[in-house]
Amino acid sequence: MSSKLDSKIPTGPLDEKWTKHKFNLKLVNPANKRKYEVIVVGTGLGGASAAASLAELGYKVKAFCFQDSPRRAHSIAAQGGINAAKNYQNDGDSVFRLFYDTIKGGDYRSREGNVYRLAEVSVNIIDQCVAQGVPFAREYGGLLDNRSFGGAQVSRTFYARGQTGQQLLLGAYGALNRQIANGKVEMHTRSEMLDVVVVDGQARGIITRDLLTGKIESHSAHAVILATGGYGNVFFLSTNAMGSNATAAWRAHKKGAYFANPCYTQIHPTCIPVSGEHQSKLTLMSESLRNDGRVWVPKSKEDAEKIRRGEKTPQDLSEDERDYYLERIYPSFGNLVPRDVASRNAKNMCDEGRGVGPTGLAVYLDFEDAIKRDGENTISAKYGNLFDMYQQITDDNPYKTPMMIYPAVHYTMGGLWVDYNLMTNVPGLYALGEANFSDHGANRLGASALMQGLADGYFVIPYTVGDYLATLSYDKTPVDHPEFKKAEEEVKARMEKLLSIKGKKTVDDFHKELGKIMWEYCGMSRSAEGLKKAKGDIQKLKSEFWENVNVIGSNDELNLSLEKASRVADFLELGELMIDDAFNREESCGGHFREEHQTPEGEAKRNDEDFTYVAAWEYKGDDQDAELHKEDLEFENVKLTQRSYK
Amino acid sequence: MKITLKVWRQANQNDKGGFKTYQLDDVSPDMSFLEMFDVLNDQLTRDGEDPVHFDHDCREGICGMCSMYINGHPHGPKQAVTTCQLHMRSFNDGDTITVEPWRAKAFPVVKDLVVDRSSFDRILQKGGYVSINTGGTPDANEIPIPKSVADQAFDAATCIGCGACVAACKNASAMLFTSAKISQLALLPQGDVERSDRAEKMIAQMDEEGFGACTNTGACSAECPKGISLENIARMNREYFSAKISSNLV
Repeated sequence: MSSKLDSKIPTGPLDEKWTKHKFNLKLVNPANKRKYEVIVVGTGLGGASAAASLAELGYKVKAFCFQDSPRRAHSIAAQGGINAAKNYQNDGDSVFRLFYDTIKGGDYRSREGNVYRLAEVSVNIIDQCVAQGVPFAREYGGLLDNRSFGGAQVSRTFYARGQTGQQLLLGAYGALNRQIANGKVEMHTRSEMLDVVVVDGQARGIITRDLLTGKIESHSAHAVILATGGYGNVFFLSTNAMGSNATAAWRAHKKGAYFANPCYTQIHPTCIPVSGEHQSKLTLMSESLRNDGRVWVPKSKEDAEKIRRGEKTPQDLSEDERDYYLERIYPSFGNLVPRDVASRNAKNMCDEGRGVGPTGLAVYLDFEDAIKRDGENTISAKYGNLFDMYQQITDDNPYKTPMMIYPAVHYTMGGLWVDYNLMTNVPGLYALGEANFSDHGANRLGASALMQGLADGYFVIPYTVGDYLATLSYDKTPVDHPEFKKAEEEVKARMEKLLSIKGKKTVDDFHKELGKIMWEYCGMSRSAEGLKKAKGDIQKLKSEFWENVNVIGSNDELNLSLEKASRVADFLELGELMIDDAFNREESCGGHFREEHQTPEGEAKRNDEDFTYVAAWEYKGDDQDAELHKEDLEFENVKLTQRSYK
Repeated sequence: MKITLKVWRQANQNDKGGFKTYQLDDVSPDMSFLEMFDVLNDQLTRDGEDPVHFDHDCREGICGMCSMYINGHPHGPKQAVTTCQLHMRSFNDGDTITVEPWRAKAFPVVKDLVVDRSSFDRILQKGGYVSINTGGTPDANEIPIPKSVADQAFDAATCIGCGACVAACKNASAMLFTSAKISQLALLPQGDVERSDRAEKMIAQMDEEGFGACTNTGACSAECPKGISLENIARMNREYFSAKISSNLV
């Protein structure tokens, strides 16, 4: 079974794998590159950097995004920073240490080869971005500043105030704009990919819907690259953008691409708590805040209850009435433990009845000591925009009173299965960034998502795609090929079906119900019993959707309700696969916590003997369970240990 | 809170459009302005009416997609926030709120409150970047930049491309937007090589798109959700004049 999954990790010493592999990859003659056309879907960090870099090499590129401009992709919202093993701070960082921290942070569920390469090219990313004019934070001497970030004990994170993602994306968008101006990239905005076209086993193009006119279009190419982000919006409430969706990846899955480790979702510990039923999304407060903020809850339930009822304020509690639980349980990492650990502990505190805020589902993140130590100006220079944003949303002033935070869905480590070349098991179909599964294992460390998106787009795909293209003839599949026509007809029929149901419930009704099921049974903690129930609930919800959803308007216009319905239909199917995967993985690892598998102290307990593998699922039809393929993970350079941050 | 909404409805670019009035009886002060629109749209959908179309995505004030002209102000009455970060506690119970799309020749209305801002992309395509390819760049710390310069460049670079500056300007000028990018790259050594070409070409494109001239009223900067400073316009003018003196373009 697993023989079908060849990760193509090169043999040899870890630090020589990528160099050796690059040498062995086939090249396309510079004069011939223009004869190959590559489609890039999504224009976030992965997509924009890939589209620009491939066009610079001479390939013809067509890029697509559903937003009104490539600059709006959700990478723009990343706050904290980007890791790189530059060791500018002389504090003992190295490529190997970044590799080691990332493997360990991912709870030993990622590939050594991929992660080492990521750490290796991280240094080039910073050089590239600075050369583009990305205004990273600097020291007074004019050199780049760094900070430490959750789960790491060195300062290797480069940042641009709390807007690092914005600045990096605008850099990549600039590079993309340059290629659009040069005529090397044909840019399609407000265009949503609704299917991949596979001809004789190879990805040969995509079907899109023009979101302004509803026109269904076929685009043919020699290779298709998906850089379409993650699927956190399965949960309805998440820190993702409203438009972030799984449709491109899910349609690729239904065309044969395996979906790997779908149950690995990251619940980020520092988000603004939910305030009411009207809430449309959750807002992240950058993890960098944990460098200076101290996390606590009242020691006693009684105090917590009084605070919830408004009879006491946090300032009324003396130092010894407070429980700085992360510092207490994890003395060596303290408030800087990885995200999964911080989130689970916040949940535990609230489950014990010691949560604060009107709902009891919040913990404090307190800056009082940092302000006393460094002064308000220093804290404001570091986090000013975050404090403003917090105050804007909650009407509380975090300089005066502690912030309240609670975990929320933020990132999905799972995604399309790819090999070392970032190619899915469908030849010619690639997945980059959050859309693939490859580098973060069961938990992503802070400031690693930006690193991975740009590594994939700037420094991996430009090498690996040529190896595949070199084997192809220059001819593209004509768009009147029966496979294109068939895919177009299917997409049209689906849109018509959605519009024709005219049921009683809105698209959001279904999305919210799905979100509740997922959060309850497949969120921060999971059990066999809960997952079984969830699967039944989702199946019921899915069939009800196709009988009772109400989509307003027509196909041939800008129709936000139709767009959303089509995405939610895919979330319903993906949600079920996430539950299957969580059920199958009878261990706890990283962000995947199975209640049946924990240490006596309540920490995640892995089962290395049975589960040191990537679970890659093959679609078998709408009414059948997906088939599991295993890719065994081999560790030659690190020893698998119980993660300890104590 | 009870809120009366007067909302611009326009089926498409060619439709004449007009205001429609809606009543919302149960608005929470903790809702964001867009969440209030979600509630309105939920109500409309249940009544079988076409929901109000508006652009939005990140709802964190950074993607630049949301774009509502609220009671005569782009992004509403509050300073330095986008529409998605405006909360209903900024309004009073019983208020009537008027909501329109950005109005500018270079931003044609697509539907209801959605406008086409691709003119901004085309301005940036004329040189809003440093022309380097991927790879072959020097070590990042080989380009030391004084902190004050880096901070100034950063301030200019925080523009989110929402278009509020254009919507606020009586001439629908895009000077603030264009100058933010020109400034960022003019301040940094990386942008120095192409500075003349960049200023000339981006400004030419800005004019070609049909944006108006600048008369220095400063409405753009006052309404900018990111507080982009007018200094950038002054810097852009300086860049433009020095470019023109030695221009190779006619």
